[in-house]
Amino acid sequence: MENPYLPYPVRIDEITTETEDKNLKTFKLVFINPEDEEKFSYIPGQFAELSVAGKGEVPIGIASSPTEKGYLKFTINRVGLVTKHLHNMKEGDVMGIRGPLGNSYPWDEMEGKNVVIIGGGFAFTTLRSSIVYMIQPENRKKFKDISVVYGARTPGLLLYRYELDQWEQRDDIKMHITVDGTDDPDWKYNVGFVPTVTEQKITSAENAIALVCGPPIMIKFTQPVLEKLGFPSERIILSLEMRMKCGIGICGRCNIGDQYVCKDGPVFSLAQLKELPNEY
Amino acid sequence: MVTKIFTKEEWVRALKGAKDDYRIYLPVKHKDFHAFELLSDETAPDFEFQNTRLSPKSLIFPQSERMFEYSLDEKDGEAHIVKETPKDFYPQAVVGIRPCDAHALQLVNVNFDNPQYKDPWWVKRLESTILVGLGCNEPCSTCFCTSVGGGPFSERGLDVILHDLEDVFLVKPITQKGETFINKLGQGRMADDTLSDKAEAKARSSLEKVTSSIPTGKLRDKVVTELFEAPFWEEVAFACINCGTCTYLCPTCWCFDIQDEVLGKEGDRIRNWDSCMSPLFTLEGSGHNPRSEKCQRVRQRFMHKLKYYVDKYEDGVQCSGCGRCVRYCPVNIDIRHVAKLMNDFAQ
Repeated sequence: MENPYLPYPVRIDEITTETEDKNLKTFKLVFINPEDEEKFSYIPGQFAELSVAGKGEVPIGIASSPTEKGYLKFTINRVGLVTKHLHNMKEGDVMGIRGPLGNSYPWDEMEGKNVVIIGGGFAFTTLRSSIVYMIQPENRKKFKDISVVYGARTPGLLLYRYELDQWEQRDDIKMHITVDGTDDPDWKYNVGFVPTVTEQKITSAENAIALVCGPPIMIKFTQPVLEKLGFPSERIILSLEMRMKCGIGICGRCNIGDQYVCKDGPVFSLAQLKELPNEY
Repeated sequence: MVTKIFTKEEWVRALKGAKDDYRIYLPVKHKDFHAFELLSDETAPDFEFQNTRLSPKSLIFPQSERMFEYSLDEKDGEAHIVKETPKDFYPQAVVGIRPCDAHALQLVNVNFDNPQYKDPWWVKRLESTILVGLGCNEPCSTCFCTSVGGGPFSERGLDVILHDLEDVFLVKPITQKGETFINKLGQGRMADDTLSDKAEAKARSSLEKVTSSIPTGKLRDKVVTELFEAPFWEEVAFACINCGTCTYLCPTCWCFDIQDEVLGKEGDRIRNWDSCMSPLFTLEGSGHNPRSEKCQRVRQRFMHKLKYYVDKYEDGVQCSGCGRCVRYCPVNIDIRHVAKLMNDFAQ
């Protein structure tokens, strides 16, 4: 019997500091046993439990794309016991990973549609995974227009700056990068909150599906913008967070009504959430 | 399958004779409560009880259980690699479990053994366990098993059932596993019709002694969001002191926490029973807590048992009617009352 609580051993291959406040680091992890990589077959929107012996586990969205072979990437905010410890680990250290866990973005439903990606702050990780996945040549033709609104408080708090600049150069994806404010005279992108920029840049909901991931305040103000544009709640897709332990719908803490965010989620449509108790 | 008769002395002697083949757990009287204990030569089991204070759930799902272990010693070639803690799943028999508590294990089983994931420790331990029930001649005034799909002599989830006929036990195997166990004991005599009829009559009369009930018939049809916003939750939760006694005693509560514990350079990953009554249960790293208020936590407990479970599994409520939470709640919050509020709720 497979033990779903047992992490695969991995080695930290590379650590990148993402933001100017140094609170976010991206960890590139490599499986110690190559056969485990095959077992860890994931799709964008899923997450994993990262395991640090002696400290515990923490559920983190997978930031790499399944089209990137040989490693996994996780961008981790320094918050609690496990993530503080992770931020002090170094390349070469051994840790564990359990997953992939949860559902994913609705890839079948997204095929043939315009995809609008709206992200804020450090909640851009599984959206990064999705973008990398969609712009891969074999996958790109499955989707119509891809638009991305991504904002952070300042330029220095944007994740994956090197890739954002690359994506800006491409003509098969429309990028709308924004910051709440900046005194950088060389800043060449937008200034304004994510909901405002969404309102300005996204012009149609026709045949479109929106993936929204960000802080609660951003979601709160983006939702009416999307509804005004004509997005039905079935086509507004959100990824939720909740305190988790087991990650497989057994330990009982991450429920919203009869749904477990870890197993039935973390991705829900707004239509699904409207039918569940407002407790998340 | 063959039903047998044992005198009470023979029964205990036979169990003691089988204790090398099985770990046998039996109810033992303490000052004012009964608890399951491992049978040894010295054990004096006592079958004169209404129910044990705690259900024997912990024999399948221990209150604290080592999952994994690891070394943090850098000299160790496998440092930081998490490995399964070796466990034995020696055959065990729980003798004297009440039918409600066996029913409860069935209700919990759907959580630990589901089509997508199997909790290996729960599954293996339940497989290696024989449940020998003791039917209830004298149900408690707080028992309401008959309204939640059970009964004082319900065989649901049991391998064997005992009928206490004063000086003898009528021992009736229900499953193959149960019959094998009884045959291993090797004693007793065949039950004759007179005793079988007597057992049946007694079981029938005890059914009438369960006078308490909860209404559940309309729960499935309620709109979950409306029930969630119902006005009575504040009142239900008002007296609650969040002590967690209800979740600790409940034979159908399954929530657990996972923690790492380190001593020197050796560490263990352990799971412990947890409780939705604690604000820490859902406190997130950011400080956000979806159930920071007492009322939200009390609502979660009842909604889980009487609505979410009902909707999810379509097999009744997550309650076997043992009545422990009713008896032991220090502020008299009564699930029978809450079930009525929920079942009768109309917006």
